[in-house]
Amino acid sequence: MNSKTIFLNIFRWVVLLFVQIFLLRNLSFYNLSTPFVYVLFILVLPFRIPNLLLFLIAFGTGLTMDAFYDTMGVHTSACVALAFVRILFISVSLNRDAIDDPEPSLGNMGFKWFSIYAVLCIFVHHLVLFFLEAFKLSELAYTFGRSLLSVVFTMFTVLLVEAIFHNRKST
Amino acid sequence: MRNLWIFISRYNAFFFFIIFFTIGIILTLKNNAYQRSVTLNSTNEVVGSAYERLNVLKRYLNLGQVNDSLANENAKLKTELLALKEVDSSKTVVVNDTVNNVQFTYQSAKVIKNSISQRNNVITINRGSLDGIEKDMAVISPQKGVVGFILDVSPHLATIRSLLHSNTPISVSIKKNNALGSLVWGDGNFDYRKAFVKEIPNHFKTNLKDTVITSGSGGFPRGIEVGTVSRKLNNGDFEINLFNDFSTLQYVYVIKNKLAAEQKALETPKLPNEQ
Repeated sequence: MNSKTIFLNIFRWVVLLFVQIFLLRNLSFYNLSTPFVYVLFILVLPFRIPNLLLFLIAFGTGLTMDAFYDTMGVHTSACVALAFVRILFISVSLNRDAIDDPEPSLGNMGFKWFSIYAVLCIFVHHLVLFFLEAFKLSELAYTFGRSLLSVVFTMFTVLLVEAIFHNRKST
Repeated sequence: MRNLWIFISRYNAFFFFIIFFTIGIILTLKNNAYQRSVTLNSTNEVVGSAYERLNVLKRYLNLGQVNDSLANENAKLKTELLALKEVDSSKTVVVNDTVNNVQFTYQSAKVIKNSISQRNNVITINRGSLDGIEKDMAVISPQKGVVGFILDVSPHLATIRSLLHSNTPISVSIKKNNALGSLVWGDGNFDYRKAFVKEIPNHFKTNLKDTVITSGSGGFPRGIEVGTVSRKLNNGDFEINLFNDFSTLQYVYVIKNKLAAEQKALETPKLPNEQ
């Protein structure tokens, strides 16, 4: 069970980052909306993962993304922020003792909870990401709009991927 | 201490977040040239604009000092200009020693007391013998026009016998035809904007609006514009409008004539012989 989870997550990490780096990196709508589907990996890490490990994994994932995006530190900070929001949201919305599902995926948690969870996490991630990338407040509206539109795009792809995997698992 | 540890472990997520997020930001700032330059720039912007605002105030407070320095600089530039003018191309000078050619040097001075309403007006300036001011040096005003001669000198101050003094004749000439005359003030006219040019020979035709300049003798360098002819008097004298306004005089230039002593030494022995 445990080794299976680890393997599954490593597999997920490799596939998602591969897709992100080699496919989605080249994809954007008018430079306004860019999907960052790799955050799904952090979103669906198991519930039982220790906080420190979660932060380390988020940090490592962000670092890897930064290496490929040539934006050292930007994705790292965004992923760390996302991990923090994830911990906060889970501790607020769920009773920790009553959690019997292994991971917060769409199939386990239902559409309503998962979409709120994902939107919040992705929104924070994108906000940190785009503001660190722009690094100025003078283009506030533009940066904000960019992150919002990207949230829509990322959310769409995340839900799509989750739905596909969920269906495959169940069938 | 135990409580602290409990506190930290309870909110470990937050502390981990702070630690990792800080590392992320540091990485961002350290490794990205753009972000680095922006941080530096924005810092400078903030600091710069603050300094600029402060500077506006400071500049205003320092106006006096700035004026002083400008006046000094002007004096220096005028000296250099004169040095250039003094080179006489008709002379066959093999070694053109520009240092020795500077016959006149300018020393800026601030007027600390001025009067225009008396019969004999005297101006006090803030330069004295320590600044190299000597008696009978010529004084001009910064824009155009003559002011007078040094009357008395103390170590730090000096008084000027202003042009608005009954005993300050200045040798002038009409710019157009070089007719020599004498510029005086008083004699029934106590308007500080007007003076008289006397002793111009009758055969020179002089029109209104002709410019009057210093003739070059009597301490003033030649060519300093004094005023324009405004009226012809019946006795052949002219009334002129002075270029400089004595009522608003703030800075003056004292002209140091390097050859004054030599000239005096050359000219004075003759006088007793003549008499």
